Amino acid sequence: MNTVAIVDYGMGNLRSVAKAIEHVAPEACILVTHDPAAVAAADRVVVPGQGAMPDCMRELEMRGLRGAVVAAAAAKPFLGICIGLQMLFESSEEGNVSGLGIFPGNVRRFPAPAMVGADGTRLKVPHMGWNQVRQSREHALWQGIADLERFYFVHSYYVVPDDPGLAAGRTNYGVDFTAAVAQDNIFAVQFHPEKSAQAGLALLGNFMRWKP
Amino acid sequence: MLAKRIIPCLDVNAGRVVKGVNFIGLRDAGDPVEIARRYDAQGADELTFLDITASSDDRDIILHVVEQVAEQVFIPLTVGGGIRAVEDVRRLLNAGADKVSMNTAAVQNPQLVADASGKVGSQCIVVAIDAKRVSADGETPRWEVFTHGGRKPTGLDAVSWAQRVQALGAGEILLTSMDRDGTKIGFDIPLTRAVADAIDIPVIASGGVGTLAHLADGVSEGHADAVLAASIFHYGEHTVGEAKAFMRARGIEVR
Repeated sequence: MNTVAIVDYGMGNLRSVAKAIEHVAPEACILVTHDPAAVAAADRVVVPGQGAMPDCMRELEMRGLRGAVVAAAAAKPFLGICIGLQMLFESSEEGNVSGLGIFPGNVRRFPAPAMVGADGTRLKVPHMGWNQVRQSREHALWQGIADLERFYFVHSYYVVPDDPGLAAGRTNYGVDFTAAVAQDNIFAVQFHPEKSAQAGLALLGNFMRWKP
Repeated sequence: MLAKRIIPCLDVNAGRVVKGVNFIGLRDAGDPVEIARRYDAQGADELTFLDITASSDDRDIILHVVEQVAEQVFIPLTVGGGIRAVEDVRRLLNAGADKVSMNTAAVQNPQLVADASGKVGSQCIVVAIDAKRVSADGETPRWEVFTHGGRKPTGLDAVSWAQRVQALGAGEILLTSMDRDGTKIGFDIPLTRAVADAIDIPVIASGGVGTLAHLADGVSEGHADAVLAASIFHYGEHTVGEAKAFMRARGIEVR
């Protein structure tokens, strides 16, 4: 049985993530869980996240899930989404909070309102909507997804890995930022695959089949 | 480059989509799930549901609608109408909405915008502004905010109100021109531009769309980040795909 744990630490609705995975992997056992033991026992782990990173880190600690998430990131197919990507880094400008420190680097805010697009228009923050992801390299999770495919983003902060080689995808929004990272068993994205129509479903399907 | 969004809007009354929806081959024109799926298949970038249920007894029906749609349609969903408290916001998000839109309640209690965005994040909070031009011809244009479905004047200036709710934590503005709503003569471009240029958060233009050119104008002339329309899509005049092809031909970035 292919079991996937969607880590529920009280930050936002995880139902959409669960339903999207159910849609692409109807045979899988999908658990939305706040039980560290269930996270430890799952074959795959998804860490979503919405809202502010300081709140996310606090809730993760308070619910005793930090250890389970760190262990999962070291051991099994792991998908981080939005704050679930940002928390993998050392620190965030958002509330000057520390992350899990799995990857060297930090999380910065878009320098609005100074940002201007290619056509001279002012860029709004949050970066909200469908933007293109340039695949930095081949990866099992990009399989069947065209380079420069659009995914749905909604965020005001972005990750800056110390090692540029960590990037699996990049997106331009005033700055050229890292939209996806990959290393060993970890794949993490700034966009929301569960809200990115066919492209997002394809990525989630790839994750459910992934054997890193 | 970030695409400009096209957002079909569905009015829902007691769980059924109202206003005519006229897709060819659609069995049940009033079923929100079926209509949402159709728009998704056409390439809609988001969907907005406006709950116009009058009876408070039927208020919870929208939650079931959202749940059902969110199980089958994997694009962002915004729900507006009847939101009075942070608890209402939370229940809609838990049902599967990605964003919640508030209008009258935000005017009556601006703190609700701050409380809700503090709890669930700015990205989930849309403030809907219904605005009507109140300046005379030849004067510097001014628009006033109306509530209660456009019936009640508030004395608030639309541009200042947009700036204020941004400061309170709104993540997006849904801006409807009361003068243009239902007219099919196009967005109120000066209004749209005045608000879009005055704030740093995205603006969705609404009210008055009758042609594909109107949608494009909302973006290129009105500086909107997204355009919302109901009737041109509902009555089968145009598909979302046609709207995107038109905008693309005009040099506008679309998905």
